[in-house]
Amino acid sequence: MAAPRASTDTSSGAKRAPRTIGWLLLAPLLLWLLAFVVAPTAILFVYSFCQRDELGQVVFSFTGGNYARILDPVYLGIFGRSLWYAALTTALCLVIGYPVGYYIGRSPPARRSLLLLLMMIPFWISFLLRTYAWISLLKGEGLVSSLLQGLHLLAGPLDILYTPTAVVLGLVYTYLPFMILPIFTSAEKLDHSMIEAALDLGAGPVRAFTQVIIPLTKPGIFAGVLLVFVPSIGMFAVTDLMGGAKVPMIGNVIQNQFGQARDWPFGAALGITFLALFAVAFWFLHDRGAEGRR
Amino acid sequence: MSADPSPPGAESALAARAASSKLNPNVQNHPDTQLEWEFRLTPLPAMPAMPAAGAPVSTETMVELRGVTKRFASVTAVDAVDLTIRKGEFLTLLGPSGCGKTTLLRLLAGFEIPTTGQILIEGQDVSNIPPYRRDVNQVFQSYAIFPHLTVEENIAFGLKMRHVPLAERCARVEEALALVSLAGLGKRRPHELSGGQRQRVALARALVCRPKVLLLDEPLSALDAKLRHDMQLELKQLQRQLGITFVFVTHDQEEALIMSDRIAVIHRGRIDQLGTATEIYHAPASAFTADFIGEANLLDGDIVSSNGVTALVRLDEGVEVTVRAAALRPGSTRALLSIRPEKIYITRTKPAKDNCFKGAIENEIFRGAMDELRIRVAHNLQLMAMVANESAHEHAWHKGDTVYCAIHTDDIVVVEQK
Repeated sequence: MAAPRASTDTSSGAKRAPRTIGWLLLAPLLLWLLAFVVAPTAILFVYSFCQRDELGQVVFSFTGGNYARILDPVYLGIFGRSLWYAALTTALCLVIGYPVGYYIGRSPPARRSLLLLLMMIPFWISFLLRTYAWISLLKGEGLVSSLLQGLHLLAGPLDILYTPTAVVLGLVYTYLPFMILPIFTSAEKLDHSMIEAALDLGAGPVRAFTQVIIPLTKPGIFAGVLLVFVPSIGMFAVTDLMGGAKVPMIGNVIQNQFGQARDWPFGAALGITFLALFAVAFWFLHDRGAEGRR
Repeated sequence: MSADPSPPGAESALAARAASSKLNPNVQNHPDTQLEWEFRLTPLPAMPAMPAAGAPVSTETMVELRGVTKRFASVTAVDAVDLTIRKGEFLTLLGPSGCGKTTLLRLLAGFEIPTTGQILIEGQDVSNIPPYRRDVNQVFQSYAIFPHLTVEENIAFGLKMRHVPLAERCARVEEALALVSLAGLGKRRPHELSGGQRQRVALARALVCRPKVLLLDEPLSALDAKLRHDMQLELKQLQRQLGITFVFVTHDQEEALIMSDRIAVIHRGRIDQLGTATEIYHAPASAFTADFIGEANLLDGDIVSSNGVTALVRLDEGVEVTVRAAALRPGSTRALLSIRPEKIYITRTKPAKDNCFKGAIENEIFRGAMDELRIRVAHNLQLMAMVANESAHEHAWHKGDTVYCAIHTDDIVVVEQK
């Protein structure tokens, strides 16, 4: 990574002017980030060390108690479940999304645009609408259930709605495009002669895939994993609707603290912990991703 | 980035070493290089016995193409090609872009399956055998070095795929690195190498597999002119040493002339002419080959008379030239003649020769070592001549000078006749 940057730095002093312009161009984004990301996070960080009174008002007397509460087995269990569902969702998205992304990336340009368009069309419809559609599909007297029973593949009505299966299904459905897109980008950039070189050197299709294609599309895999794992661990809408609030994930707990429970300091502590976990995961994955690109 | 900035001097030093070992005929007796040469010449199991440098190419057949045709939708890229490639031969497929030479190479590699026809390697029909089961390796035009692997890992890739044991693999990788003068650079990442070094890695990666045939797809086209010429000589020498059959694709006629044992000139998916460099240059069999290889004055004319030794051809422009009668088939009435520009001698006084035309220099083009002169010898006939560059001398040729063009009878080649 350092190589290209070093080489641009060695060139003439004409770099200085563009640097000022660069900052100016970035200014709106930086102000936005400062006002709506950095500042709220700082407030959240402060809140996470506060307490609340009986009415749910934040009291500025500082304590580490909120963080200690997270270690309660109930919350650790929810953290664990969230990690597990997010990991499962990510793995399923990778298995389903890789072939799709790769296929689109290797398609001739005309077909590529069509396939990308087809993939984006569902996004034109509201997320909530799509989730409710899933609910009516999956419920006991729903379409899928009657179809399976009609084909005698299922004895009784389908019973997966409001179970972890439905939650993971909903998560996979929601985040699959975020896996496909970065893999598509990597596959598109893959030089075809690399694959031919692998075949030429005696690698059959399987080993050409594992030894050359996968390593060379690693940046896309890492980006996709990150884009699916991070948001799915914090998802609360799908768990609420398709899990029927029976299988809460960490997102639901946080939402609840800021909502019904009116315990903002504890919600803030959960949020900050969550953020720290993401930061570590991102740092870890990003490092690996960079390695893959080299 | 890790420490070593790969100084530009390193590569030129390598090139210089390579060049000096080429130029010095005694290099084989030098104690330091003895070892290296010995291990270059170590007989390898999968390879035929290696001929000594300069040994004539064997007459055994390595590759045979029988009526090979490749069609893509409505385009016929390769059209019923018959070709026999000999064991240990350096064969070049030469032609302009889009002539089908690359498709021909891809058919040999196994990336394309012939629409009709057969490809045989050592007598075995490989037409439908996939690339990973052919004893053929390719050096790609883009080099196709795997960026996620080190130089060593790149070179070892083919051996790993063939399950060569680790110890032997390491030894062969070292051997291959030494062979292409990259010893010591095995741990580098491809992005830390120069273009010329990457080219050598691609070569080593293919050679380490000890292929029956090495395919090279314009491997030198990305190098600058100087390095390219060094590599041409080095590749040629390497091929001689190893005795591996090379099939080399290029559109650069000079490169083909320098390196090849035989050249197949490809035109519109067919082999226009197959022969040694000198045959192709001095006795082109078609207007296309005469025009594509080097430069030529191509002239059409009627065969007027023959005395058994020489024949007279009246060019369509009205000028008469004498050619060797032996070059003409009895009964021919029309002939297409080719005269190489460097075979036209320019003088100021009329020489006593058969083919001598008076003309005026219409244009003089400085081309470095040579001067190109355009001389009008008849109102509709302009000849192109090449003379050693004399622009610094007081006797230099100038635009407007009246000169005589003399052409030896033997230097007028009958390309086509009917």
